[in-house]
Amino acid sequence: MSAFSAIGEDREIDREEFTPTLEPQATWCPGCGDFGVLKALKQAMPEIGRNPDEVLLVTGIGCSGKLNSYFECYGYHSIHGRSLPIARAAKLANPELEVIAAGGDGDGYGIGGNHFMHTARENHDMTYIVFDNEIFGLTKGQTSPTSPKGHKSKTQPHGSAKDPIRPLSLALTSGASYVARTAAVNPNQAKEILVEAMQHDGFAHIDFLTQCPTWNKDARQYVPYIDVNESDDYDFDPTNKDEAAAMATEAEQSLYEGEVLTGRFYVDSDRLSYSEEKQAIGEMPEEPLAERYFDEDYEWERAHDMFLDRHK
Amino acid sequence: MTDHELMWRIAGGSGDGIASTSQNFAKALMRAGLHVFTHRHYPSRIRGGHTYTEVRADTEPVRSRGDGFNCLLALGDSFARNPKEGAYYGDEEVKPLSENLDELNEGGVIVYDTGLLDADDIPDFEERAEENDWHVYPINLREIAREHGREVMRNTAGVGATAALLGIDLAYFEELMAESMPEDILEPNKEILHYTHDMVKEEFEFTHDLRVPEGSHDEEQVLLSGSDTIAYGAIDEGCRFIAGYPMTPWTEVFTIMSQALPQLGGISEQVEDEIAAAALALGASHAGVKSMSGSSGGGFALMSEPLGLAEMSETPVVLVEAMRAGPSMGLPTKPEQADLEHVLYTSQGDSNRVVLAPGTVAEAYEQSRLAFQLAYGYNIPAILLYDQKIGGELMNVPASHFDREPNPDLGAVTTEEELEDAPHGPGGKFHRYRYDAEDGVSPRAIPGQKGGHFLVTGNEHNPAGHIDEDPTNRVTQVERRASKLDAIREFLDDKSTQTYMGPDEAQYGLITFGSQQGTVAEAVDRLNDAGHSVKGIGVSDMMPYPVEEMTEFLESVDEALVVEMNSSGQFRGLTQKELGRFGDKLSSLLKYNGEPFEPAEIVTGFEASIEGQDVPDQQTTYVPAAGD
Ligand SMILES: Cc1ncc(C[n+]2csc(CCOP(=O)(O)OP(=O)(O)O)c2C)c(N)n1
Ligand code: SF4
Repeated sequence: MSAFSAIGEDREIDREEFTPTLEPQATWCPGCGDFGVLKALKQAMPEIGRNPDEVLLVTGIGCSGKLNSYFECYGYHSIHGRSLPIARAAKLANPELEVIAAGGDGDGYGIGGNHFMHTARENHDMTYIVFDNEIFGLTKGQTSPTSPKGHKSKTQPHGSAKDPIRPLSLALTSGASYVARTAAVNPNQAKEILVEAMQHDGFAHIDFLTQCPTWNKDARQYVPYIDVNESDDYDFDPTNKDEAAAMATEAEQSLYEGEVLTGRFYVDSDRLSYSEEKQAIGEMPEEPLAERYFDEDYEWERAHDMFLDRHK
Repeated sequence: MTDHELMWRIAGGSGDGIASTSQNFAKALMRAGLHVFTHRHYPSRIRGGHTYTEVRADTEPVRSRGDGFNCLLALGDSFARNPKEGAYYGDEEVKPLSENLDELNEGGVIVYDTGLLDADDIPDFEERAEENDWHVYPINLREIAREHGREVMRNTAGVGATAALLGIDLAYFEELMAESMPEDILEPNKEILHYTHDMVKEEFEFTHDLRVPEGSHDEEQVLLSGSDTIAYGAIDEGCRFIAGYPMTPWTEVFTIMSQALPQLGGISEQVEDEIAAAALALGASHAGVKSMSGSSGGGFALMSEPLGLAEMSETPVVLVEAMRAGPSMGLPTKPEQADLEHVLYTSQGDSNRVVLAPGTVAEAYEQSRLAFQLAYGYNIPAILLYDQKIGGELMNVPASHFDREPNPDLGAVTTEEELEDAPHGPGGKFHRYRYDAEDGVSPRAIPGQKGGHFLVTGNEHNPAGHIDEDPTNRVTQVERRASKLDAIREFLDDKSTQTYMGPDEAQYGLITFGSQQGTVAEAVDRLNDAGHSVKGIGVSDMMPYPVEEMTEFLESVDEALVVEMNSSGQFRGLTQKELGRFGDKLSSLLKYNGEPFEPAEIVTGFEASIEGQDVPDQQTTYVPAAGD
């Protein structure tokens, strides 16, 4: 029997299982977009049929990083920008876990930008939610990597001279096999995308538009938004990388002009996930490595028997 | 040390096969029944530049490099001799010969390749040879290699020549060559080996005394480096996950593990940077796999924040830190022991971590195992602190030393049955960080275990892992985490992992940590032979510090000299800080020129210290006792 019997448990999952019954100290401001992410995520869980004991949610630091306080599962509230390397190793150690990483736009595209590129490139089978509110929330309103050019803040008093990061294009060119954007104002679309992302076998990146009414007062609420997969005005094939790239570029540009385009921008279901690639070249065991430590019959190899001959 | 002690140095340019040739030479001597020890010196460049490896061999156990050396095999630096157009190699053509003369002992033997080296380019070569009674054997190794095989086989010709001069049976080399070379290069190499050997015996009249005796070992030996033993210790302790980013000299451990782990069904990841590397090790450990990461100075600096997270979240992990001379990029390929304070105190907040510093290649195996036992037993990060010297030097160790049971025990974790009865919060969270944990160690659950979910956070947290800034909770958790170090200290006291040298009773003490242990041990013996009353201690526990053992040691001597490879006396400082006294008993002998101590330097330093004099050798520095 598996040492991790929560995994694959066959029963109805209730979304309320993911709600801490004892409310943690409320740390999000009223009206914060982060509540929309939380709601969508809770709604998605019963659909993917995973229970709180088989989900590992790794967050970074920021208001967004506090998602873990509101969501009941194995949680790892880590350090600023580092949720991805922690999450992907956990996934390698036990591929049967449902691994979700989450953080803000500062966390994911700023301090953690390098990890974002590399995790996408490796195509780890996990879901990465970036709460994109175009601002640093927790540290009180500084310009973030997705703030529009010219954005004024206490640390950029003359307005940012930088063009914003293009997260969808970055995810796509880095190698993410699922790229989507959704918005906290519409938990229904968000839920659908989250379900797809979690079911997707590879690195699923979701740029999740959230609003920060406290520090980004003039920021849009991202409504009305257009679902590019539903609208007749946009005709592109999300499985075609070139078309996806063109659409992502358009969505990124038009966001700063006031038009909110959401939906699935790229879906590649054929690409092997990183674990599968590693297993194919013989660099990773088929059985979850973590199981081995609970298997009393496993014969642990010794350096003496395996490697000492070459030193004689 | 006996009269027949051999200190053979092979010199040339980087890329000329110095490392592999010296490794085979050392192995041949080990198989011939001798005890061997190697010392590497190389510049931070890929091709060319002055590099050498010394092989010290004796019928008695060898614990250190020697004082100077007594046999030089100088191969030409092929890259300096045949410069690529436009590349500048400086005046390095004769360095394999000229650069090594200062340390060659009186009566020493020189073999050099006249095909690439011209002794006439060294202005005073002949006078010096005469003055020092050097026995010089100029041989055109390059031409022999070209005629019987290829030019790159010059090193084989050199080995054949020194083997003839020193009286070593060629069978040992042939055997080693047969084990490692494909047929088409084996044959010409064998021919070159024999040809040169026989030619040297026929054509030269041997004027030197140095000959290598056959020795014998009671049991089978293996030739290993500290990087090997650290890796093997980790493997035997059940480590099956490593993540890293290359940086000299940590790369050696990383490479060995990366090659071994897939064979063992483990996982190795080369990742984007050291922050990621340490974070991956945490992630794998959190998910229930024994894991490690590591780096050298600058890379370890990047690990500071994940290290703090490991402390706060009590995620077990082993990090290795391979010191090289700093600050910043320092001397990338040279040893120093100046990252001690960096490793002890880096990252924010009070430090709850284990830091162990092995003193020898063999000890590095135990300490690597111990690091995992402590990390996983106590849910704490453990750092194995060593340096370029221990990482790269080769030593013979009995094979039986490694004949031990594996220990894959994950340490302080719960089973699902235990989780059923364990305390949970009202929200269903397992109380991972409960206040009343024995020895401060609150067992953890592994993701996927039923009824085990909890929250990990780098913020201060309550038993369920929720962020909590309540002052009482804060104090309780700080004290619980710190109490683990007391429990670890007790555990280590029972094991007494410090290494004692010399007699139990002595007037003076020599104190050292890490890689200088073997050299200090040799110095202690020499000093006692010379009529001094000296004992030594090689300390391996840096945190928690062995307060009782060190107090006892220091109370038992009049004065003690702390030997370490850095300029600020970091280990002496730690000792004074931890013990809170003895400042008036402790003086320092320091070396920080990029080379480890030679035993004679410690002997001289000690004698100067008890006589209150300056150390004559400008490569070492004496800092007198300061009082508390
Ligand atoms: C290494 C490090 N640098 C800086 C900080 C301070 N810090 C905490 S959250 C944050 C930015 C948060 O912005 P974002 O990631 O966009 O998340 P949000 O709060 O908007 O959800 C910063 C700079 C930190 N915790 N660690
Ligand atoms: S500061 Fe902004 S992002 Fe943070 S909780 Fe408040 S509204 Fe949300």
